[in-house]
Amino acid sequence: MSEHKNTDLTVTDGSNELDRFPDPGMPEHKLRMADKDPKAAKRAEAQVVILFLISIVGTIAMLIAYFTIRPDGTTESVRNANLALGLGLFFALMGIGLAAVHWAKTLMSDHEKSEERHPQRSSDEVREAAVAVLKEGAEDSGIARRGVLKGAVVTALALFPLTIVVPLISSIGGDWDIAKFKHTIWRRGTRLAIDPTGKLLKPEDITIGSIVHVIPDVPAEERNSHHWITEKAKAIVLLVRLDQSELKEAPDRKSWSYDGIVAYSKICTHVGCPVALYERQTHHLLCPCHQSTFDVADGAKVVFGPAKRPLPQLPIMVDDEGYLVAQSDFDEPVGPSYWERLK
Amino acid sequence: MKALAARRHHRLTPVVLLLLALLVTGGLYAALAPTSASADTAAVDDIAAGEKLFLANCATCHGVDAEGRDEVPSLIGVGSAAVNFQVGTGRMPMQMNGPQAVAKPAQFDQEQTNQLAAYVASLGPGPSTPTAEQVDPALGDISEGAAIFRTNCAMCHNAVGAGGALSEGKFAPSLWETTETHIYEAMLTGPQSMPVFNDATITPEEKRDVIAFLVDQREGSAGGLSLGSLGPVSEGLWIWIIGIGSLIGCAVWIGAKSS
Repeated sequence: MSEHKNTDLTVTDGSNELDRFPDPGMPEHKLRMADKDPKAAKRAEAQVVILFLISIVGTIAMLIAYFTIRPDGTTESVRNANLALGLGLFFALMGIGLAAVHWAKTLMSDHEKSEERHPQRSSDEVREAAVAVLKEGAEDSGIARRGVLKGAVVTALALFPLTIVVPLISSIGGDWDIAKFKHTIWRRGTRLAIDPTGKLLKPEDITIGSIVHVIPDVPAEERNSHHWITEKAKAIVLLVRLDQSELKEAPDRKSWSYDGIVAYSKICTHVGCPVALYERQTHHLLCPCHQSTFDVADGAKVVFGPAKRPLPQLPIMVDDEGYLVAQSDFDEPVGPSYWERLK
Repeated sequence: MKALAARRHHRLTPVVLLLLALLVTGGLYAALAPTSASADTAAVDDIAAGEKLFLANCATCHGVDAEGRDEVPSLIGVGSAAVNFQVGTGRMPMQMNGPQAVAKPAQFDQEQTNQLAAYVASLGPGPSTPTAEQVDPALGDISEGAAIFRTNCAMCHNAVGAGGALSEGKFAPSLWETTETHIYEAMLTGPQSMPVFNDATITPEEKRDVIAFLVDQREGSAGGLSLGSLGPVSEGLWIWIIGIGSLIGCAVWIGAKSS
């Protein structure tokens, strides 16, 4: 092996020039049909004219459609008006585009031209002169001699970006209170109301196999506030009534249901989509986003999908007037995991 | 007779005899059956007629006393609304076991369906078939209906009622073709996988609003082609294959040299 002095990796002057491809240069120019045959040129010209004519017709048709086909408020008339306007615009613009490209490809000159690159580097004299000017400027400003001035300018420049950074970071994370993720507005005695009508619920309203989408009962004026929207997003609950014989309950949760009625948070423990596809026969509750499936008859345990935890259960009871109310807030944070969840 | 006797060993004889036998049976049935049926309808009311239909068509699975067994639900207390929905949409009688009973051409006409419904309703109190006024979309409030539909129905049936998939081969059907009465009855009775939305949780007026919203969706989208209203799947296929495909086609054409 040591006898080989010239390996492929050794670079010697000019020796591997032979291995390179020769520069093929410009390909031979081919004449197009329109260049060779005056008839073909005439034909191409006619085609371009026809394409422009299509565009003209499209524009006129669009304008006519705008004035003649007016939507009268029905879905169908809006659709028809949009269709007519859209088709007119399509032909108007497509005609111009196709005509321009066809014109350029068939009739305009297609001779290949090459231009040599000129060097990017400035000449030595210009470079030296530029350096001299910069040096003179620095000396003139006296920044090296005047220390206080130097400090002032550096401080001013360094501080200015704070006017952008501080409001930006502050408005991203203005609220660092993560404790609110752990609680919802459900309290002992909060009545259960139907989403979206706000009607209150009694146990006899819910027949076996029924499901009700439930929100906490709040005064009507509060429901228009921004605060309510964020609270509602955490507090939504799904109420299901099952045959008592089908309901499996953990011993410590026996008192959380009422006569076969169970209430579970509607927020998926995976990434927080509203879990609401309920199959009455299997008692399975499906999440539409990633198909996590929870068994409502068995503590909303996960039977399929990426969710890791059962849905939190809302303990319910009946108040003096016979309305369904919450016994307390959820006993764990609702929704998906976050770092501080168990702290 | 001699000619007949001579040919009694002909190889076509069995066929001819069979045809004759069928003709005689059919003829006798045609002659006798209508008389007995007309006597029935003339003499007995809908419940009795419904019971006969029930025993002939439904009792095999639901039992002669309609109490159901194992996987087959009891029909006592389901009311006429459930019968009108299940039989009227052709879901019952079921043709075969599957993930769910699917809609097919109805096996009974409206009169027979009404008789069956009357019989089942007589077994125990249950939700009854709605009146024409209860399901009239013209009397409903479309925007109220939209809000109720979004909260209670859209997760399975799609935002405009185009239907959607459930687990293990089950699905929420599209509501484009369903009649107003059948939509009402489905909400009221909760057929198969669907939960029940009784009159206390969604009032009859609210049910009518939902029907008004659904009927309004049948006009289609003002934006044009809705691609089945299936969302990102059909729209994505369209834009990635047809949209980007035609853009690539244009780019190739612009870049190609003219001949």
